[in-house]
Amino acid sequence: MSDDTKKAVPYTVPIGPTHPALKEPVMFTFQMEGERILKADFAPGQAHRAIEWMGMRRNPVQIVHLTDRICGICGVSHTLSFARAVEQVMEIEVPERADYIRAIIAEFERIQSHILWAGVAAHELGYDTLLHLSWRVREFAMDVLELLTGNRVNYGIIQVGGVRRDITPDQHETIHNCLDYYSDLKAKLLQVFLEDKTIQMRCRDCGVLTHEEALKLCTVGPTARASGVKMDVRVDYPYAAYGDLEISPVLPDAYLGETRGDVYDRIVVRLLEVDQSVDLIRQCLDLIPAGDITWEAKIPKILSAFKKAHGEAIGRHEAPRGEVFHYVRMDGKEHPTTWKVKASSYSNLMSWIPMLEGEQIADIPIVVASIDPCLSCTDRVAIVRDGRRGIMTKEELTRLSVEKTRRLMR
Amino acid sequence: MNITKSFNRSLWAFHFNSGSCNGCEIEIVATLTPRYDPERFGIKLVGSPKHADLLLVTGPVVKKMRPRLLRVYEQIPDPKVVMCVGACGISGGPFYDSYNLDGPIDDVIPVDVYVPGCPPRPEGIIFGVVRALQKLERLQGELP
Repeated sequence: MSDDTKKAVPYTVPIGPTHPALKEPVMFTFQMEGERILKADFAPGQAHRAIEWMGMRRNPVQIVHLTDRICGICGVSHTLSFARAVEQVMEIEVPERADYIRAIIAEFERIQSHILWAGVAAHELGYDTLLHLSWRVREFAMDVLELLTGNRVNYGIIQVGGVRRDITPDQHETIHNCLDYYSDLKAKLLQVFLEDKTIQMRCRDCGVLTHEEALKLCTVGPTARASGVKMDVRVDYPYAAYGDLEISPVLPDAYLGETRGDVYDRIVVRLLEVDQSVDLIRQCLDLIPAGDITWEAKIPKILSAFKKAHGEAIGRHEAPRGEVFHYVRMDGKEHPTTWKVKASSYSNLMSWIPMLEGEQIADIPIVVASIDPCLSCTDRVAIVRDGRRGIMTKEELTRLSVEKTRRLMR
Repeated sequence: MNITKSFNRSLWAFHFNSGSCNGCEIEIVATLTPRYDPERFGIKLVGSPKHADLLLVTGPVVKKMRPRLLRVYEQIPDPKVVMCVGACGISGGPFYDSYNLDGPIDDVIPVDVYVPGCPPRPEGIIFGVVRALQKLERLQGELP
Protein backbone atom coordinates (compact mmCIF):
# COMPACT_ATOMS: atom_id res chain seq x y z
CA MET A 1 0.00 0.00 0.00
CA SER A 2 1.22 3.48 -0.73
CA ASP A 3 2.24 5.51 2.30
CA ASP A 4 1.17 8.86 0.91
CA THR A 5 -2.57 8.07 1.19
CA LYS A 6 -3.45 9.70 4.47
CA LYS A 7 -5.86 7.86 6.70
CA ALA A 8 -8.61 10.04 8.00
CA VAL A 9 -8.59 9.80 11.78
CA PRO A 10 -11.08 9.36 13.32
CA TYR A 11 -12.47 6.86 10.86
CA THR A 12 -16.06 5.69 10.82
CA VAL A 13 -17.26 2.16 11.51
CA PRO A 14 -20.92 1.51 10.66
CA ILE A 15 -22.60 -1.49 12.28
CA GLY A 16 -26.07 -2.59 11.31
CA PRO A 17 -28.91 -2.45 10.68
CA THR A 18 -28.56 -6.18 10.05
CA HIS A 19 -25.58 -7.58 11.87
CA PRO A 20 -24.97 -10.93 13.59
CA ALA A 21 -24.12 -9.17 16.87
CA LEU A 22 -27.52 -7.46 16.89
CA LYS A 23 -30.67 -9.49 17.32
CA GLU A 24 -32.77 -6.59 16.11
CA PRO A 25 -32.32 -4.00 13.38
CA VAL A 26 -30.60 -0.82 14.58
CA MET A 27 -27.91 1.23 12.88
CA PHE A 28 -24.78 2.25 14.79
CA THR A 29 -22.11 4.68 13.62
CA PHE A 30 -18.86 4.78 15.54
CA GLN A 31 -16.06 7.34 15.22
CA MET A 32 -12.96 5.31 15.99
CA GLU A 33 -9.39 6.13 16.85
CA GLY A 34 -7.51 2.87 16.69
CA GLU A 35 -9.55 0.45 18.79
CA ARG A 36 -11.07 3.19 20.92
CA ILE A 37 -14.55 4.62 20.38
CA LEU A 38 -14.45 8.41 20.25
CA LYS A 39 -18.09 9.03 19.42
CA ALA A 40 -21.07 6.75 19.17
CA ASP A 41 -24.37 7.38 17.46
CA PHE A 42 -27.33 5.18 16.63
CA ALA A 43 -30.43 5.34 14.46
CA PRO A 44 -33.39 3.23 15.57
CA GLY A 45 -36.64 3.02 13.60
CA GLN A 46 -36.12 -0.10 11.51
CA ALA A 47 -38.75 -2.16 13.33
CA HIS A 48 -41.57 0.40 13.38
CA ARG A 49 -44.90 -1.36 12.89
CA ALA A 50 -47.33 1.46 13.72
CA ILE A 51 -48.89 -0.35 16.65
CA GLU A 52 -50.31 2.80 18.30
CA TRP A 53 -51.91 3.84 15.01
CA MET A 54 -53.49 0.40 14.55
CA GLY A 55 -54.61 0.37 18.20
CA MET A 56 -56.58 3.57 17.74
CA ARG A 57 -58.66 1.70 15.15
CA ARG A 58 -59.39 -1.33 17.32
CA ASN A 59 -61.25 -1.81 20.58
CA PRO A 60 -59.39 -2.58 23.83
CA VAL A 61 -60.45 -6.25 23.82
CA GLN A 62 -58.61 -6.55 20.50
CA ILE A 63 -55.76 -4.30 21.61
CA VAL A 64 -54.74 -6.55 24.51
CA HIS A 65 -53.65 -9.08 21.89
CA LEU A 66 -51.81 -6.37 19.98
CA THR A 67 -49.99 -5.19 23.13
CA ASP A 68 -48.80 -8.77 23.69
CA ARG A 69 -47.04 -8.40 20.38
CA ILE A 70 -45.37 -5.04 21.00
CA CYS A 71 -42.52 -7.10 22.39
CA GLY A 72 -42.26 -10.87 22.30
CA ILE A 73 -40.23 -11.06 25.50
CA CYS A 74 -42.22 -8.78 27.78
CA GLY A 75 -45.61 -9.84 26.46
CA VAL A 76 -47.49 -9.51 29.71
CA SER A 77 -45.89 -6.19 30.75
CA HIS A 78 -47.35 -4.05 28.00
CA THR A 79 -50.73 -5.73 28.29
CA LEU A 80 -50.78 -5.24 32.05
CA SER A 81 -50.03 -1.54 31.87
CA PHE A 82 -52.48 -1.01 28.99
CA ALA A 83 -55.22 -2.92 30.82
CA ARG A 84 -54.56 -0.89 33.98
CA ALA A 85 -54.86 2.36 32.06
CA VAL A 86 -58.16 1.32 30.44
CA GLU A 87 -59.51 0.02 33.75
CA GLN A 88 -58.82 3.37 35.36
CA VAL A 89 -60.60 5.23 32.55
CA MET A 90 -63.59 2.91 32.90
CA GLU A 91 -63.37 2.96 36.72
CA ILE A 92 -63.41 -0.82 36.98
CA GLU A 93 -62.42 -2.63 40.15
CA VAL A 94 -60.33 -5.65 39.17
CA PRO A 95 -60.99 -8.74 41.38
CA GLU A 96 -58.21 -9.37 43.86
CA ARG A 97 -57.55 -12.88 42.60
CA ALA A 98 -56.95 -11.53 39.10
CA ASP A 99 -54.43 -9.04 40.51
CA TYR A 100 -52.49 -11.89 42.10
CA ILE A 101 -52.55 -13.99 38.92
CA ARG A 102 -51.29 -10.96 36.98
CA ALA A 103 -48.41 -10.54 39.44
CA ILE A 104 -47.51 -14.25 39.27
CA ILE A 105 -47.37 -14.25 35.46
CA ALA A 106 -45.42 -10.96 35.44
CA GLU A 107 -42.83 -12.39 37.83
CA PHE A 108 -42.47 -15.60 35.83
CA GLU A 109 -41.90 -13.42 32.82
CA ARG A 110 -39.15 -11.59 34.69
CA ILE A 111 -37.47 -14.90 35.56
CA GLN A 112 -37.43 -16.11 31.96
CA SER A 113 -36.43 -12.70 30.60
CA HIS A 114 -33.50 -12.21 32.99
CA ILE A 115 -32.15 -15.73 32.40
CA LEU A 116 -32.58 -15.17 28.66
CA TRP A 117 -30.61 -11.94 29.00
CA ALA A 118 -27.86 -13.64 31.03
CA GLY A 119 -27.47 -16.17 28.23
CA VAL A 120 -27.35 -13.48 25.55
CA ALA A 121 -24.74 -11.56 27.59
CA ALA A 122 -22.60 -14.70 27.84
CA HIS A 123 -22.95 -15.17 24.07
CA GLU A 124 -21.83 -11.59 23.42
CA LEU A 125 -18.72 -12.28 25.50
CA GLY A 126 -18.00 -15.31 23.33
CA TYR A 127 -18.93 -17.72 26.13
CA ASP A 128 -21.42 -19.91 24.28
CA THR A 129 -21.33 -22.75 26.82
CA LEU A 130 -22.96 -20.44 29.32
CA LEU A 131 -25.53 -19.32 26.73
CA HIS A 132 -26.64 -22.91 26.28
CA LEU A 133 -26.60 -23.66 30.01
CA SER A 134 -28.68 -20.64 30.93
CA TRP A 135 -31.21 -21.22 28.15
CA ARG A 136 -31.54 -24.84 29.31
CA VAL A 137 -32.54 -23.72 32.82
CA ARG A 138 -34.84 -21.08 31.35
CA GLU A 139 -37.00 -23.77 29.75
CA PHE A 140 -38.44 -24.72 33.16
CA ALA A 141 -39.96 -21.25 33.54
CA MET A 142 -41.28 -21.52 29.98
CA ASP A 143 -42.95 -24.85 30.89
CA VAL A 144 -44.75 -23.26 33.82
CA LEU A 145 -45.79 -20.25 31.72
CA GLU A 146 -47.17 -22.63 29.13
CA LEU A 147 -49.03 -24.57 31.81
CA LEU A 148 -50.56 -21.42 33.28
CA THR A 149 -51.35 -19.48 30.11
CA GLY A 150 -51.38 -22.02 27.29
CA ASN A 151 -48.59 -20.39 25.30
CA ARG A 152 -44.81 -20.08 25.62
CA VAL A 153 -44.61 -16.53 24.28
CA ASN A 154 -47.40 -13.91 23.83
CA TYR A 155 -49.46 -15.36 26.64
CA GLY A 156 -52.76 -13.61 25.93
CA ILE A 157 -53.83 -14.08 29.55
CA ILE A 158 -54.76 -10.52 30.52
CA GLN A 159 -58.14 -9.11 29.58
CA VAL A 160 -59.47 -5.68 30.42
CA GLY A 161 -61.00 -6.18 33.87
CA GLY A 162 -59.16 -9.33 34.86
CA VAL A 163 -57.47 -12.42 33.47
CA ARG A 164 -58.68 -15.06 31.07
CA ARG A 165 -57.45 -18.16 32.91
CA ASP A 166 -57.44 -19.18 36.55
CA ILE A 167 -54.65 -20.94 38.42
CA THR A 168 -56.12 -24.24 39.61
CA PRO A 169 -55.05 -25.92 42.90
CA ASP A 170 -53.43 -28.84 41.08
CA GLN A 171 -51.08 -26.43 39.30
CA HIS A 172 -49.60 -25.22 42.58
CA GLU A 173 -47.34 -28.25 42.96
CA THR A 174 -45.77 -27.73 39.53
CA ILE A 175 -45.23 -24.04 40.26
CA HIS A 176 -43.63 -24.79 43.63
CA ASN A 177 -41.36 -27.42 42.06
CA CYS A 178 -40.21 -24.86 39.49
CA LEU A 179 -39.61 -22.23 42.20
CA ASP A 180 -37.61 -24.71 44.30
CA TYR A 181 -35.53 -25.51 41.24
CA TYR A 182 -34.62 -21.84 40.76
CA SER A 183 -33.93 -21.37 44.50
CA ASP A 184 -31.48 -24.28 44.41
CA LEU A 185 -29.96 -22.85 41.26
CA LYS A 186 -29.30 -19.38 42.68
CA ALA A 187 -25.88 -20.15 44.18
CA LYS A 188 -24.78 -21.96 41.02
CA LEU A 189 -25.91 -19.14 38.72
CA LEU A 190 -24.13 -16.52 40.83
CA GLN A 191 -21.01 -18.66 40.87
CA VAL A 192 -20.78 -19.31 37.14
CA PHE A 193 -21.52 -15.71 36.22
CA LEU A 194 -19.82 -13.69 38.93
CA GLU A 195 -16.78 -15.75 39.91
CA ASP A 196 -15.71 -16.50 36.37
CA LYS A 197 -12.39 -14.85 35.59
CA THR A 198 -13.25 -14.08 31.96
CA ILE A 199 -16.55 -12.43 32.84
CA GLN A 200 -14.86 -10.40 35.58
CA MET A 201 -12.14 -9.19 33.22
CA ARG A 202 -14.55 -8.31 30.42
CA CYS A 203 -17.33 -6.74 32.49
CA ARG A 204 -15.70 -5.01 35.46
CA ASP A 205 -15.40 -1.25 34.79
CA CYS A 206 -16.66 -1.75 31.24
CA GLY A 207 -19.57 0.34 29.94
CA VAL A 208 -19.82 2.47 33.07
CA LEU A 209 -22.95 4.57 33.62
CA THR A 210 -22.52 6.83 36.64
CA HIS A 211 -25.29 7.60 39.09
CA GLU A 212 -25.56 11.21 37.81
CA GLU A 213 -25.78 10.12 34.17
CA ALA A 214 -28.36 7.48 35.03
CA LEU A 215 -30.53 10.14 36.65
CA LYS A 216 -29.93 12.72 33.92
CA LEU A 217 -30.81 10.31 31.11
CA CYS A 218 -33.91 9.04 32.99
CA THR A 219 -32.85 5.40 32.76
CA VAL A 220 -35.21 2.85 34.29
CA GLY A 221 -35.22 -0.69 35.55
CA PRO A 222 -32.14 -2.85 36.13
CA THR A 223 -29.98 -0.40 34.14
CA ALA A 224 -30.79 2.40 36.60
CA ARG A 225 -30.59 0.15 39.65
CA ALA A 226 -27.15 -1.11 38.61
CA SER A 227 -26.00 2.53 38.71
CA GLY A 228 -27.33 2.87 42.24
CA VAL A 229 -30.65 4.59 41.48
CA LYS A 230 -33.13 3.23 43.99
CA MET A 231 -36.27 2.96 41.89
CA ASP A 232 -38.76 0.24 41.13
CA VAL A 233 -42.35 0.89 40.08
CA ARG A 234 -43.46 -2.14 42.07
CA VAL A 235 -42.24 -0.41 45.24
CA ASP A 236 -42.69 3.28 44.44
CA TYR A 237 -46.16 2.99 42.94
CA PRO A 238 -47.63 -0.38 43.96
CA TYR A 239 -50.26 -1.93 41.71
CA ALA A 240 -51.79 -5.37 41.10
CA ALA A 241 -50.79 -7.49 44.11
CA TYR A 242 -47.46 -5.76 44.78
CA GLY A 243 -48.86 -3.56 47.54
CA ASP A 244 -49.40 -6.68 49.70
CA LEU A 245 -45.96 -8.19 49.10
CA GLU A 246 -42.61 -7.76 50.83
CA ILE A 247 -40.40 -6.18 48.19
CA SER A 248 -37.53 -3.71 47.95
CA PRO A 249 -35.43 -2.63 44.94
CA VAL A 250 -32.40 -4.83 44.21
CA LEU A 251 -29.19 -2.81 44.24
CA PRO A 252 -25.72 -4.17 43.47
CA ASP A 253 -24.14 -2.89 46.70
CA ALA A 254 -26.31 -5.31 48.69
CA TYR A 255 -24.28 -8.14 47.17
CA LEU A 256 -20.92 -6.56 46.37
CA GLY A 257 -20.73 -3.77 48.94
CA GLU A 258 -20.20 -1.11 46.27
CA THR A 259 -21.84 0.27 43.13
CA ARG A 260 -19.76 0.93 40.04
CA GLY A 261 -22.51 1.06 37.40
CA ASP A 262 -20.64 -1.22 35.00
CA VAL A 263 -21.76 -4.24 33.01
CA TYR A 264 -20.85 -6.54 35.92
CA ASP A 265 -23.25 -4.67 38.22
CA ARG A 266 -26.02 -5.13 35.66
CA ILE A 267 -25.42 -8.89 35.69
CA VAL A 268 -25.57 -8.86 39.51
CA VAL A 269 -28.86 -6.94 39.58
CA ARG A 270 -30.56 -9.20 37.05
CA LEU A 271 -29.43 -12.45 38.67
CA LEU A 272 -30.57 -11.27 42.10
CA GLU A 273 -33.91 -10.20 40.63
CA VAL A 274 -34.51 -13.77 39.48
CA ASP A 275 -34.34 -14.79 43.12
CA GLN A 276 -36.54 -11.85 44.14
CA SER A 277 -39.18 -12.94 41.62
CA VAL A 278 -39.11 -16.50 42.99
CA ASP A 279 -39.74 -15.07 46.45
CA LEU A 280 -42.56 -12.83 45.19
CA ILE A 281 -44.34 -15.72 43.45
CA ARG A 282 -44.13 -17.77 46.68
CA GLN A 283 -45.70 -14.87 48.59
CA CYS A 284 -48.43 -14.55 45.94
CA LEU A 285 -49.25 -18.25 46.12
CA ASP A 286 -49.56 -18.03 49.92
CA LEU A 287 -51.74 -14.94 49.88
CA ILE A 288 -53.88 -15.50 46.77
CA PRO A 289 -57.56 -15.09 47.72
CA ALA A 290 -60.45 -17.08 46.26
CA GLY A 291 -62.97 -15.35 44.03
CA ASP A 292 -63.66 -14.22 40.51
CA ILE A 293 -60.90 -13.76 37.98
CA THR A 294 -62.61 -11.13 35.89
CA TRP A 295 -64.83 -8.14 36.36
CA GLU A 296 -67.07 -9.17 33.48
CA ALA A 297 -66.76 -12.42 31.56
CA LYS A 298 -69.06 -11.47 28.66
CA ILE A 299 -67.16 -9.68 25.90
CA PRO A 300 -70.23 -7.76 24.53
CA LYS A 301 -70.76 -6.26 27.99
CA ILE A 302 -67.12 -5.13 28.15
CA LEU A 303 -67.48 -3.62 24.67
CA SER A 304 -70.59 -1.67 25.61
CA ALA A 305 -68.80 -0.40 28.72
CA PHE A 306 -66.06 1.07 26.48
CA LYS A 307 -68.69 3.20 24.78
CA LYS A 308 -69.57 4.79 28.12
CA ALA A 309 -65.98 5.48 29.13
CA HIS A 310 -64.73 9.07 29.10
CA GLY A 311 -61.40 10.32 30.35
CA GLU A 312 -57.70 9.66 30.36
CA ALA A 313 -55.41 7.54 32.50
CA ILE A 314 -51.93 6.10 32.69
CA GLY A 315 -50.87 2.55 33.48
CA ARG A 316 -47.39 1.72 34.71
CA HIS A 317 -45.65 -1.58 35.25
CA GLU A 318 -42.13 -2.61 36.12
CA ALA A 319 -41.27 -4.81 33.13
CA PRO A 320 -38.08 -6.91 33.17
CA ARG A 321 -36.32 -4.02 31.40
CA GLY A 322 -37.79 -1.21 33.49
CA GLU A 323 -40.86 0.95 33.66
CA VAL A 324 -43.49 0.53 30.94
CA PHE A 325 -45.92 3.41 30.64
CA HIS A 326 -49.20 3.47 28.71
CA TYR A 327 -51.38 6.54 28.29
CA VAL A 328 -54.94 5.98 27.12
CA ARG A 329 -57.68 8.49 26.38
CA MET A 330 -61.23 7.35 25.64
CA ASP A 331 -64.02 9.59 24.40
CA GLY A 332 -67.12 7.41 24.48
CA LYS A 333 -66.17 5.32 21.47
CA GLU A 334 -65.27 1.67 21.27
CA HIS A 335 -61.66 2.48 20.41
CA PRO A 336 -59.31 4.78 22.33
CA THR A 337 -58.85 8.26 20.83
CA THR A 338 -55.24 8.46 22.04
CA TRP A 339 -52.88 5.68 23.00
CA LYS A 340 -49.25 6.31 23.77
CA VAL A 341 -46.74 3.63 24.68
CA LYS A 342 -43.46 4.40 26.36
CA ALA A 343 -41.45 1.20 26.57
CA SER A 344 -38.61 0.71 29.00
CA SER A 345 -35.92 0.58 26.31
CA TYR A 346 -37.06 3.99 25.09
CA SER A 347 -35.68 5.48 28.30
CA ASN A 348 -32.60 3.27 28.36
CA LEU A 349 -31.28 3.57 24.80
CA MET A 350 -29.67 6.98 25.31
CA SER A 351 -27.46 5.52 28.03
CA TRP A 352 -25.60 3.69 25.24
CA ILE A 353 -23.77 6.90 24.32
CA PRO A 354 -21.92 7.53 27.65
CA MET A 355 -21.42 3.77 28.10
CA LEU A 356 -19.83 3.21 24.71
CA GLU A 357 -17.59 6.26 24.44
CA GLY A 358 -14.04 5.44 25.44
CA GLU A 359 -14.56 1.67 25.23
CA GLN A 360 -12.91 -0.64 22.74
CA ILE A 361 -14.54 -1.96 19.60
CA ALA A 362 -14.63 -5.50 21.03
CA ASP A 363 -16.75 -4.27 23.93
CA ILE A 364 -19.55 -3.01 21.68
CA PRO A 365 -21.65 -6.22 21.73
CA ILE A 366 -21.65 -6.67 25.50
CA VAL A 367 -22.18 -2.97 26.27
CA VAL A 368 -25.03 -2.76 23.76
CA ALA A 369 -26.59 -5.94 25.19
CA SER A 370 -26.06 -4.87 28.80
CA ILE A 371 -29.13 -2.62 28.92
CA ASP A 372 -31.19 -5.48 27.44
CA PRO A 373 -32.40 -3.34 24.52
CA CYS A 374 -35.73 -4.08 22.93
CA LEU A 375 -36.11 -2.13 19.72
CA SER A 376 -39.44 -3.59 18.68
CA CYS A 377 -40.92 -1.82 21.72
CA THR A 378 -39.16 1.41 20.98
CA ASP A 379 -39.27 2.28 17.31
CA ARG A 380 -41.50 5.22 16.50
CA VAL A 381 -42.07 7.41 13.52
CA ALA A 382 -41.56 11.17 13.39
CA ILE A 383 -43.68 13.18 10.99
CA VAL A 384 -42.16 16.39 9.64
CA ARG A 385 -44.68 18.83 8.21
CA ASP A 386 -43.45 21.70 6.02
CA GLY A 387 -39.88 21.07 7.18
CA ARG A 388 -40.61 22.49 10.65
CA ARG A 389 -39.17 20.86 13.74
CA GLY A 390 -40.83 21.03 17.12
CA ILE A 391 -38.67 20.04 20.05
CA MET A 392 -40.01 20.31 23.58
CA THR A 393 -37.41 20.87 26.26
CA LYS A 394 -37.82 19.62 29.79
CA GLU A 395 -38.55 23.17 30.99
CA GLU A 396 -41.32 23.69 28.46
CA LEU A 397 -42.90 20.36 29.41
CA THR A 398 -42.80 21.31 33.09
CA ARG A 399 -44.39 24.66 32.25
CA LEU A 400 -47.20 22.96 30.30
CA SER A 401 -47.75 20.53 33.15
CA VAL A 402 -47.93 23.31 35.74
CA GLU A 403 -50.35 25.26 33.53
CA LYS A 404 -52.62 22.24 33.19
CA THR A 405 -52.66 21.65 36.95
CA ARG A 406 -53.58 25.31 37.51
CA ARG A 407 -56.31 25.05 34.89
CA LEU A 408 -57.80 22.01 36.59
CA MET A 409 -57.65 23.65 40.02
CA ARG A 410 -59.62 26.65 38.89
CA MET B 1 -19.29 -28.69 -5.57
CA ASN B 2 -20.85 -31.88 -4.31
CA ILE B 3 -18.32 -34.71 -4.42
CA THR B 4 -20.43 -37.52 -2.98
CA LYS B 5 -23.53 -37.52 -0.87
CA SER B 6 -21.54 -38.27 2.28
CA PHE B 7 -19.51 -35.09 1.73
CA ASN B 8 -22.66 -33.02 1.85
CA ARG B 9 -22.64 -29.97 4.08
CA SER B 10 -24.83 -29.53 7.12
CA LEU B 11 -27.68 -27.05 6.87
CA TRP B 12 -26.63 -23.58 7.95
CA ALA B 13 -29.17 -20.88 8.50
CA PHE B 14 -29.03 -17.08 8.46
CA HIS B 15 -31.63 -15.28 10.50
CA PHE B 16 -33.09 -12.01 9.25
CA ASN B 17 -35.35 -9.84 11.40
CA SER B 18 -37.57 -7.72 9.18
CA GLY B 19 -39.30 -5.82 11.98
CA SER B 20 -40.55 -8.63 14.15
CA CYS B 21 -41.68 -8.37 17.79
CA ASN B 22 -38.82 -10.59 19.07
CA GLY B 23 -41.13 -13.49 19.91
CA CYS B 24 -40.00 -15.53 16.91
CA GLU B 25 -36.34 -14.56 17.46
CA ILE B 26 -36.50 -15.91 20.98
CA GLU B 27 -38.16 -19.12 19.86
CA ILE B 28 -35.56 -19.59 17.11
CA VAL B 29 -32.75 -19.24 19.66
CA ALA B 30 -34.67 -21.47 22.10
CA THR B 31 -34.83 -24.06 19.31
CA LEU B 32 -31.03 -24.02 19.05
CA THR B 33 -30.40 -24.47 22.77
CA PRO B 34 -30.00 -27.80 24.62
CA ARG B 35 -33.61 -28.92 25.09
CA TYR B 36 -34.24 -29.16 21.34
CA ASP B 37 -30.62 -29.06 20.14
CA PRO B 38 -30.68 -29.31 16.34
CA GLU B 39 -26.97 -28.54 16.41
CA ARG B 40 -26.35 -32.27 16.87
CA PHE B 41 -27.40 -32.53 13.20
CA GLY B 42 -25.09 -29.66 12.26
CA ILE B 43 -27.93 -27.15 11.94
CA LYS B 44 -26.81 -23.76 13.26
CA LEU B 45 -27.12 -20.03 12.79
CA VAL B 46 -24.29 -18.33 10.90
CA GLY B 47 -23.20 -14.71 10.91
CA SER B 48 -23.03 -14.13 7.18
CA PRO B 49 -25.61 -14.79 4.47
CA LYS B 50 -22.74 -15.91 2.21
CA HIS B 51 -22.28 -19.00 4.41
CA ALA B 52 -25.95 -19.88 4.58
CA ASP B 53 -28.20 -22.39 2.79
CA LEU B 54 -31.36 -21.36 4.57
CA LEU B 55 -32.76 -17.89 5.18
CA LEU B 56 -35.01 -17.66 8.22
CA VAL B 57 -37.13 -14.54 7.92
CA THR B 58 -39.24 -13.23 10.79
CA GLY B 59 -41.46 -10.18 10.93
CA PRO B 60 -43.90 -8.53 8.55
CA VAL B 61 -41.24 -6.64 6.44
CA VAL B 62 -41.47 -2.98 7.43
CA LYS B 63 -40.68 -0.45 4.71
CA LYS B 64 -37.14 0.31 5.86
CA MET B 65 -36.16 -3.37 5.90
CA ARG B 66 -37.35 -4.29 2.39
CA PRO B 67 -34.16 -3.27 0.51
CA ARG B 68 -32.04 -4.95 3.17
CA LEU B 69 -34.03 -8.17 2.91
CA LEU B 70 -33.50 -8.16 -0.85
CA ARG B 71 -29.76 -7.55 -0.41
CA VAL B 72 -29.42 -10.39 2.11
CA TYR B 73 -31.43 -12.71 -0.13
CA GLU B 74 -29.22 -11.96 -3.13
CA GLN B 75 -26.07 -12.65 -1.12
CA ILE B 76 -27.05 -16.23 -0.30
CA PRO B 77 -25.50 -18.65 -2.82
CA ASP B 78 -27.72 -21.01 -4.80
CA PRO B 79 -29.29 -23.44 -4.08
CA LYS B 80 -31.09 -21.66 -1.26
CA VAL B 81 -34.29 -22.11 0.65
CA VAL B 82 -36.30 -19.36 2.36
CA MET B 83 -38.31 -20.14 5.46
CA CYS B 84 -40.85 -17.71 6.82
CA VAL B 85 -41.27 -18.05 10.59
CA GLY B 86 -44.39 -16.66 12.24
CA ALA B 87 -47.84 -15.50 11.33
CA CYS B 88 -46.90 -11.87 10.58
CA GLY B 89 -44.47 -12.90 7.85
CA ILE B 90 -47.11 -15.10 6.25
CA SER B 91 -50.04 -12.68 6.17
CA GLY B 92 -49.18 -9.61 8.22
CA GLY B 93 -50.78 -11.29 11.24
CA PRO B 94 -51.92 -8.84 13.90
CA PHE B 95 -50.19 -6.00 12.01
CA TYR B 96 -52.16 -6.58 8.79
CA ASP B 97 -53.51 -3.01 8.50
CA SER B 98 -50.32 -1.13 9.38
CA TYR B 99 -49.21 1.73 7.11
CA ASN B 100 -45.56 0.78 7.37
CA LEU B 101 -45.59 -2.72 5.87
CA ASP B 102 -44.15 -3.79 2.54
CA GLY B 103 -44.89 -7.41 3.31
CA PRO B 104 -45.90 -10.11 3.74
CA ILE B 105 -42.57 -11.73 2.98
CA ASP B 106 -43.66 -13.54 -0.17
CA ASP B 107 -44.44 -10.17 -1.76
CA VAL B 108 -40.73 -9.35 -1.49
CA ILE B 109 -38.84 -12.61 -1.97
CA PRO B 110 -39.96 -16.14 -2.91
CA VAL B 111 -40.70 -18.28 0.15
CA ASP B 112 -40.36 -22.08 0.20
CA VAL B 113 -41.47 -23.07 3.69
CA TYR B 114 -44.08 -21.35 5.88
CA VAL B 115 -44.12 -21.99 9.64
CA PRO B 116 -47.33 -20.58 11.11
CA GLY B 117 -47.83 -19.62 14.75
CA CYS B 118 -47.46 -16.47 16.81
CA PRO B 119 -44.77 -17.44 17.56
CA PRO B 120 -44.39 -21.04 16.34
CA ARG B 121 -43.24 -23.58 18.91
CA PRO B 122 -39.65 -24.86 18.67
CA GLU B 123 -41.02 -28.22 17.50
CA GLY B 124 -42.79 -26.40 14.68
CA ILE B 125 -39.60 -24.59 13.66
CA ILE B 126 -37.67 -27.90 13.64
CA PHE B 127 -40.39 -29.45 11.46
CA GLY B 128 -40.08 -26.52 9.09
CA VAL B 129 -36.31 -26.92 8.95
CA VAL B 130 -36.71 -30.61 8.06
CA ARG B 131 -39.04 -29.64 5.20
CA ALA B 132 -36.54 -26.99 4.09
CA LEU B 133 -33.77 -29.59 4.10
CA GLN B 134 -35.84 -31.90 1.91
CA LYS B 135 -36.44 -29.11 -0.56
CA LEU B 136 -32.78 -28.11 -0.53
CA GLU B 137 -31.72 -31.67 -1.36
CA ARG B 138 -34.17 -31.71 -4.24
CA LEU B 139 -32.79 -28.40 -5.52
CA GLN B 140 -29.21 -29.68 -5.21
CA GLY B 141 -30.19 -32.73 -7.29
CA GLU B 142 -31.51 -30.45 -10.03
CA LEU B 143 -28.25 -28.49 -10.30
CA PRO B 144 -26.07 -29.39 -13.28
